Amino acid sequence: MSFLDRLSEGLSRTRERFTEQLNVIFDKGPALDEEFWDGLEETLILGDFGGPATIEIIEQLQESAQRLALPDGYAVLDRLAETIASMFTQAPGDLLETNPVCVLFVGINGSGKTTTVGKLAKDGVERGRRVLLGSADTFRAAAIEQLDVWATRANVKVIKRDRGADPASVSFEVIEAAEQQDANLVLIDTAGRLHTSDDLMRELQKVLKVTRKRAEQWQVGTNAAQALPVKTVLVIDATTGQNGLQQAREFNRALQLDGVLLTKLDGTAKGGIAVAVSHELKLPILRIGVGEKIEDLRPFNPLDFAQALIGDTRKK
Amino acid sequence: MFDNLSDRLQGIFSSLKSKGRLTENDIEEAMREIRLALLEADVNFKVVKQFTAVTKERALASDVLESLTPAQNVIKIVLDQLTELLGTSDSKLVLSSRIPNVIMLVGLQGSGKTTAAAKLAHRLKSQNHVPLLVACDVYRPAAADQLETLAGEIGAKLFRGNGVSPVSIAKESIKYAIDNLCDIVIVDTAGRLHVDDQMMQEAAAIKEAVKPDQILMVVDAMTGQDVVNVAQAFAERLDFDGVIMSKMDGDARGGGALSIREVTGKPIKFISEGEKPAAFEEFHPDRMAKRILGMGDVVTLIEKAQQVAADEISEADAQRMARAELTFDDFLTMNKQIRKMGGIGSLLKALPGGEQALGGGKVDENALDKMEVIIQSMTKKERLKPTIINGSRRQRIAAGAGVQVFDVNQLIKQFDETRKMVKKLHVNSEQRPTKGKKGKKGKNRRKGGFGSIPGLGGMSPSALKDIEDMLK
Repeated sequence: MSFLDRLSEGLSRTRERFTEQLNVIFDKGPALDEEFWDGLEETLILGDFGGPATIEIIEQLQESAQRLALPDGYAVLDRLAETIASMFTQAPGDLLETNPVCVLFVGINGSGKTTTVGKLAKDGVERGRRVLLGSADTFRAAAIEQLDVWATRANVKVIKRDRGADPASVSFEVIEAAEQQDANLVLIDTAGRLHTSDDLMRELQKVLKVTRKRAEQWQVGTNAAQALPVKTVLVIDATTGQNGLQQAREFNRALQLDGVLLTKLDGTAKGGIAVAVSHELKLPILRIGVGEKIEDLRPFNPLDFAQALIGDTRKK
Repeated sequence: MFDNLSDRLQGIFSSLKSKGRLTENDIEEAMREIRLALLEADVNFKVVKQFTAVTKERALASDVLESLTPAQNVIKIVLDQLTELLGTSDSKLVLSSRIPNVIMLVGLQGSGKTTAAAKLAHRLKSQNHVPLLVACDVYRPAAADQLETLAGEIGAKLFRGNGVSPVSIAKESIKYAIDNLCDIVIVDTAGRLHVDDQMMQEAAAIKEAVKPDQILMVVDAMTGQDVVNVAQAFAERLDFDGVIMSKMDGDARGGGALSIREVTGKPIKFISEGEKPAAFEEFHPDRMAKRILGMGDVVTLIEKAQQVAADEISEADAQRMARAELTFDDFLTMNKQIRKMGGIGSLLKALPGGEQALGGGKVDENALDKMEVIIQSMTKKERLKPTIINGSRRQRIAAGAGVQVFDVNQLIKQFDETRKMVKKLHVNSEQRPTKGKKGKKGKNRRKGGFGSIPGLGGMSPSALKDIEDMLK
């Protein structure tokens, strides 16, 4: 099975809806009239793309339709995938592939941080990386236990403290342990928090600061004095509406995020908010979660994502 | 971006003022802004379309175009229209004469059902009912434990049954309620995806078994356009009676409320925010309309203040404060209240125009900490009688709090000012209830520093209302 097929499979529910809606546009006739553009706009907005991003996509399409004298709706839709793909900010490299690297996973409650960390750990081990997990979610009941289960599955160590401990001190110890164990992929899970809670956002800033400070003195074996880069990744639930943008803005303001990870794309939600977030905050989407299984956490390719989302509209 | 629709409309219309009259085109542009604001609030696309069409018609039909303040008129039409759509007087919990009454809660995973169940029980308890909480979520680990903890906190009874079959737990709970003299049974069910047939079937079976008087669906305020699909599926299978919007303590606009109401016809009954059992309010369409449009919500702020104040201040304290006999202990209490209401920042944001006043800048919430530390370094006597704080005492307090004497001086100065202000308020409200009073508070509001904020805590709710009037 090719990558595109696998991606398409995971996104099938999402895609079916989308294609359905696009086909409705076709039935109205492929002429590039107002109705066509309205229909396209509706499809994008119902996909949680958000007002500004939708308008930008439509305007770009309208502009190229005119410039290239595109004959009908089919020709426009051919360009749609490319246009959507171009909205995404792309990273020069995959930060999760950086060696060595420490990544802090942040986000609001229930977005899927712990599960993501677990899946990435397993994936990292399979690729032969030396993985270490850190449980800086010392607040939620059973969060530590949950990560423990994942650590066992991936056969990696997890650094943890009792519930209620200072998350910053846990992170500090994680870096210490990583240094001793010569780990090169350090994944730290943090407690979920609403972006509107100033106190908790400050706590997160402290965690990052402490982790970075310790990582600067990172010394591994003979390869001394090379600082361990500490990155921050926001985990967003695909069912989130336009508030997802606000969440991303606030987390970005507090932590200067390095990337976004989109989860729960296997429901009926389309995850269009990812376009808005990536576009406005200039953040790359690092992975997408399309199911429960470990291999369902996939690398993100904008064009594949856009194509899988739209489906092969010409077939129908 | 769409923080203030009224500002943006004002912008559109003001640039056209020179023309003397607005055209249909201008209205069209205004509708575009309204449309974007609603989409930003996650109101469903189809609902938005319909809404703007009707609103436009109303705007064109009325004499908006000729009026001198078209922006305000359009806003008023939009607000009225939204309020109308958001609901009617039926957003109350209807209890039947049957005993026990059964209320069943349903929703997606993580929408906040368990928390809502406890809050609902707390509310009913305060209305002299005897609620029984029933843990029918046998899937999520520790869900029943969570409900048990919450039930213990609010002093409600809990029924766990055998912890295996949700249907039989629900059934048995009715008998348990009768035996234990509970008049309302609240059934907390497991979260389920609307596309999960088996789980939807189970919910229908529970409904069949206990014949609830009310089924309430709990919906996360942050859900996007997909909320319509979810609500529709639940409505088809369970025909629920109303909605509880949860996680309203975030800054999601909650446009889903409007969408659900429009698409399923089910009213929103309650608003749930935060972890505290009391953070559960009746739904007010007009406030929700303002929230969706991003216009400040002073009424809720006032209610919050009242609630917090009721928790904290005894009658005697309140009377003493009203006589302007402020002490540093009152300052501490006020600080605590401000924190409870979400800090200075969220207080300001709740005021119309507050968000712009902040201008994106952060309020220094640390100011409160510093103040507390200084007050805590004072002796009991000093706190009650601040006039005795002389130079050497100030030095000692500064050393104890780890601050400069300057900071202590500043706090005492602020305290004196607040006390004066409260006194003036007091005098004014007794003598001249209208004009001069507003002027005083306007000054206070503009000053904005943290010295004036504790004064806010000392103000009566009606005083806050005056501020709102003034800002209009």
